[in-house]
Amino acid sequence: MKEFKILILLIVVIGIIYWGVEPLAHSIMHPKVAPADYTFSDLEKIDLSKGDATKGKTLVEENCTACHGIKSQNIPAPMDNASAAGAYGVVPPDLSDIGAVFDHNFLANFIKNPVKATLLSHKFGENTPYPMPGYDWMSNDDISNIVAYFVSIAPQSLTDAQVFDQACQRCHSVEYAKTYALTPESDLEKYLGAKAPDLSMMIRSRGEHTLSIFINDPQKLLPGTSMPRVGLDQKAEKQIINYLQKIGDSKKAQRDGLGIKIMIFFVVMALLAYAWKRRIWKDLH
Amino acid sequence: MAEIRKADGLIDWLDQRLGVKKLTKVLMTEYWIPKNINFLWAMGVVLTALFTMLVVSGIFLLMYYKPDAKMAFDSVNYTIMQEVAYGWLWRHIHAVAASMIFVIIYIHMFVAIYYGSYKRGREMIWVSGMLLFVVFSAEAFSGYMLPWGQMSYWAATVITNLFGGIPFIGNDVVEWVRGNYVVADATLTRFFMLHVFLLPVVIMILIVVHFYALRIPHVNNQDGEVFDFEAEEKKYIEGKKKESKVIPFWPVFLSKDIFVICAFMIFFFYLVCYHFDFAMDPVNFDPANSLKTPTHIYPEWYFLWSYEVLRGFFFSADLGLIAFGIAQVIFFFLPWLDRSSKVAPAHRRPAFLIWFWLMILDLIVLTIFGKLPPEGANIYVGFVASISFLILFLVVLPIITIVERKKGGAQ
Repeated sequence: MKEFKILILLIVVIGIIYWGVEPLAHSIMHPKVAPADYTFSDLEKIDLSKGDATKGKTLVEENCTACHGIKSQNIPAPMDNASAAGAYGVVPPDLSDIGAVFDHNFLANFIKNPVKATLLSHKFGENTPYPMPGYDWMSNDDISNIVAYFVSIAPQSLTDAQVFDQACQRCHSVEYAKTYALTPESDLEKYLGAKAPDLSMMIRSRGEHTLSIFINDPQKLLPGTSMPRVGLDQKAEKQIINYLQKIGDSKKAQRDGLGIKIMIFFVVMALLAYAWKRRIWKDLH
Repeated sequence: MAEIRKADGLIDWLDQRLGVKKLTKVLMTEYWIPKNINFLWAMGVVLTALFTMLVVSGIFLLMYYKPDAKMAFDSVNYTIMQEVAYGWLWRHIHAVAASMIFVIIYIHMFVAIYYGSYKRGREMIWVSGMLLFVVFSAEAFSGYMLPWGQMSYWAATVITNLFGGIPFIGNDVVEWVRGNYVVADATLTRFFMLHVFLLPVVIMILIVVHFYALRIPHVNNQDGEVFDFEAEEKKYIEGKKKESKVIPFWPVFLSKDIFVICAFMIFFFYLVCYHFDFAMDPVNFDPANSLKTPTHIYPEWYFLWSYEVLRGFFFSADLGLIAFGIAQVIFFFLPWLDRSSKVAPAHRRPAFLIWFWLMILDLIVLTIFGKLPPEGANIYVGFVASISFLILFLVVLPIITIVERKKGGAQ
């Protein structure tokens, strides 16, 4: 009985230290922020219900394909990656999959005013224009036609890696997946003002929860960062986190499976050891 | 040369040449331990088990680790964690055991303080134990650097910088320790050598000394009772096991320890597989970047209390460094700071009992505030706790024990 009391005392003391060093310190060093907002409620609500994909197609051909490729529609990018990065600072994305990855209302707002949608007004303005011009001169109807077109050509489902390529790979490498940023590093550093970090280990250094808030709105956790809010919908964001999990923590399933087996082994060993101890000690008291 | 007969088996063959039966008696079956001890006395064997796991897992990690500033991070996080079969298991065992060994060392140490096991005749056990603690600290720190993550790099920068506080030659010492003007590849390779060779060898030697130091004064017991070991041994050997106050190391003492180890391992492998994050700082999964300081720099949890003593004197870096120096060595002097020669558990020494729990409380406060950012009220809490730590050891403890001695020892 006395030994139980000692054990409980030990657990309480160690528990208090653990609480202070882990959850308490963590909550103070990383104060809680508002949860991820997948409705992008700060943006104008544009009515997308009457979008006409055929009209949109013409508009896209007239306005977008001078800079962007749409591989799935056999429209190649007008420049190779290196020259595009040289011209714009960063490689413009291919538009084949954007309707499946980005929130549709965000996409409409992005076309209208990219700086506002990406929350990069601290970086881009009159003197340092954003590489893509805003289409705020266009009517909301036309913009909704464009969005309707992108949605109509977007594939029904994408793999985690494809979502990652669309949303992140223009700037970020994932060395452990042998995936490298499309924009050359030197251009990127000039464009962003800093190197874009490699994402191989992000799942371990930031964790799922922080990543989901950060991807949804980078300014929330890192004010002033040059990473844009990319406007992923909840499903696409989850796929990206899955992807990073698979790359950065590829043995998770093995760990989860093995742990319980080792623990059961030691439970059995402990029972046997206890029985043995009882037998030896019964002569002593 | 002894007379060699035809052996009747392998044991006998070895016994004639190496005296293995005598050795087993001296080390195990006739190495006597008091009977009235509780599971806290199993911590020594738990530590031995954990140290063995560290050595074995360390050897496996060594096969793939690259001590090169350009390759270290990826060799740990990619090669070992993802490519090598069960590399993650060895790494997690190594990291979790490194943290857990400090939990157990602290328990082991404070049990000794509680029961007065450092006093009268047992000073060498205490001093060799404290030496082990210090070398383990160096071992842990040098190992923490090896993955070459952000916190590794900046912890190394901060800790090596401490040597700059040495009068006159400080800056030269810092440069000598780092092997460069800044923490760089040379620093990594020399800490690698320390971690995998020099310090482990020193630890092993000290463990032997620590065990040997137990031989003559014997292990203390729950009541601090002094008894005639030779008479008690005789009783046990004669079969009066119930009367005898001692038990042999093997199999009696170890049968209990093995149960404690197995129970501990259930918890240990829960941590290894499901909750390893407590032993691995997330910041250390960012590769080292000499141009970007992390927002908060803090050591692993087991150094937090002395780190807080270091920065507790927020108004003077020199005072902080002096206090930190004292905190590092003060435990060594415990047998001489405690002036009462009576060996008794703290609950039979009322004033000492209060002192003991105040010290534990102060260490908990120092540990918790050692991690919190030094802002606002935190710096004053840190200051008060640091001052209290010094006063508790340098003033309160000697006074309490002198008064106790004058009253004729503990009740």
